[in-house]
Amino acid sequence: MLDARLFRTTTFRVALVYLTLFLVSVATILVVVYGMTATLLQNQADETIAVELDGLREHYAERGLQGLGQVIQERAAAPRTRSVYLLADGRGAILAGNLAAWPRAAKALDDWVSFDVANPEAETAVQSARAAAVALPDGARLLVGRDMGERDRFLDRVIDALVWALGLTLGLGVAGAVVISRNFMHRIEAINRTTRQIMTGELHRRIPAEGGDDELTRLAGNLNGMLDQIERLMTGMRHVSDGIAHDLRTPLTRLRARLELALIGSEDLESARAAMQDALAEADRLLGTFQALLSIAEAEAGYRHAAFAPVALAEIARSAIDLYEPLAEEKGIVISAALRPEIRIEGHEQLLAQAAVNLIDNAVKYTPAGGRIAVEVGLSEAGEPELGVCDSGPGIPGAERARVLERFVRLEGSRSTPGNGLGLSLVDAVARLHRARLVMDDNDPGLRIALRFPSLRA
Amino acid sequence: MRILLVEDDAQAAAYLVTGLTESGHTVVHADNGRDGLACASAEPFDVLVVDRMLPERDGLSLIGALRAAGNGTPALILSALGSVDDRVKGLRAGGDDYLTKPYAFAELLARIEVLGRRGTAPAVATRLEVGELEMDLLTRTVRRAGRPIDLLPREYRLLEYLMRHAGSAVTRTMLLENVWDYHFDPQTNVIDVHIARLRQKIDRDFPTAVIHTVRGVGYCLRA
Repeated sequence: MLDARLFRTTTFRVALVYLTLFLVSVATILVVVYGMTATLLQNQADETIAVELDGLREHYAERGLQGLGQVIQERAAAPRTRSVYLLADGRGAILAGNLAAWPRAAKALDDWVSFDVANPEAETAVQSARAAAVALPDGARLLVGRDMGERDRFLDRVIDALVWALGLTLGLGVAGAVVISRNFMHRIEAINRTTRQIMTGELHRRIPAEGGDDELTRLAGNLNGMLDQIERLMTGMRHVSDGIAHDLRTPLTRLRARLELALIGSEDLESARAAMQDALAEADRLLGTFQALLSIAEAEAGYRHAAFAPVALAEIARSAIDLYEPLAEEKGIVISAALRPEIRIEGHEQLLAQAAVNLIDNAVKYTPAGGRIAVEVGLSEAGEPELGVCDSGPGIPGAERARVLERFVRLEGSRSTPGNGLGLSLVDAVARLHRARLVMDDNDPGLRIALRFPSLRA
Repeated sequence: MRILLVEDDAQAAAYLVTGLTESGHTVVHADNGRDGLACASAEPFDVLVVDRMLPERDGLSLIGALRAAGNGTPALILSALGSVDDRVKGLRAGGDDYLTKPYAFAELLARIEVLGRRGTAPAVATRLEVGELEMDLLTRTVRRAGRPIDLLPREYRLLEYLMRHAGSAVTRTMLLENVWDYHFDPQTNVIDVHIARLRQKIDRDFPTAVIHTVRGVGYCLRA
């Protein structure tokens, strides 16, 4: 069934406008074709008549009125002739020809006339004819013409064809408009339906992406991407509240307990001072976690694009290596660097620096004494700028790689090392802000983790 | 030092006034932007400590108005807005330093003291000298008691910052900000290792140490 809304869609209106334009142009073309055909046919007939008239005049000049009468009689008697002849003397008496009477329309001489004649084949009662009438020197009058029935029939056919063509165009156009609008409306309706479902809370819904690579599919793709982002943020928020519950409540409880104990048993000043110092350290750790969460939130908010500037990845890496080299050396870890200085990206310098520091911090933390860390700035195989850190630590099992990016997630075996479980979350948020990917590979042994930025040419 | 504190939160202000007074400074407190501007324009101060969000007139516009009037008193902005971009906005408005709430009092004090002394140091120097430690800023060489000391570029910058603020305690955060240009705290405390390295080169072969640890604050270079 046709939906009434269909006729209100933009597509349908646009289709109608186009249809009207199309009809007008088709009609114009057909009218022009018709006019030209009719003119051509008439000119041909006129030429034939003129030639014949000249021939008859010659007969008249040679053999006089009598001879002309004979010639005309012969020609008029020819079977199935399409010509019309009439020879009359000065008084109007008919001398020869195949017309019963002098046509009333042909009163004036030396001019073209059109009139109706009886149809010799009697298919129809009358048909039109076209003729030229001339006065002969002795006062007689000669009329030569051709019956135009064939032309008229031809032109009638042409008109029929034109009407059909217009009708077909109109029909196909309207049908096309309906089909296109309906298809379009269905796809828009699918988007609307999904949107409404999402608004009522079904956040996991996605717009079905059908069809190849047209604008609606791209729109659906972008909307789905947006929904993914929203869902990720929502999940992120939930994780943060869970994380706050677990990771902030625990130290806060500890902090409170310490202060309480100090208050109860603060007989000697020394132990009270020690308790306060512990409490302070605990508070600082909490603030650090809090700050890390804020940084992630800021990177995720994405409004920092305004602060983007060209950044040399090698300088970012060099600075971070500089900061960690002494610490690594103390642990007996060698940091090597292969940095291509010409590689630049558009980015947020401080956040990139923080990401690089977090990556190297992790590498130093998890690489055992005597291990190796390699920092690389280069191009990936696909030509994307890349900042990579390889270590010879325990690595991250393939199944855990997505999980370590979540906030507050710390793998078994790493809980004893200091850290708040937010380092990689921040790196991931920074990556997403830069439309980069965080790629983790086996380094055999160890982990190779890299920020792979979109290629500048793309 | 004479310090003007412009802070609208009464509790925070009381805590700061007590802390700064106990550290030997004179503190004048204003609790809104308009009074703060009037105070700063009327009397000379060594350092201004200005909260960013204030009633009547916000902290950035207060500092902007002072700078426009030709008043160059060093100003430290306190703010709950802690992103790098907020900080850049604060420093562009004429602030000399930016500290995000919540902060440790020791951090604030160290920064105030560094700011307060800035006015006395010569703006353009080619040599820095602290006791028997000398730094030539043109040739980038360092000597202690006439003996040359070989430093890596980063160690040189670290020492330069310490020498420029000799006698003042500098915090780890200040070192990260000024030597590395990092406006965030790495998870691991790496600054201590750098200082240890620097000490190896500067202090090990000499009877007295010039780099001192200030507990709960950071480090101080003192002859």
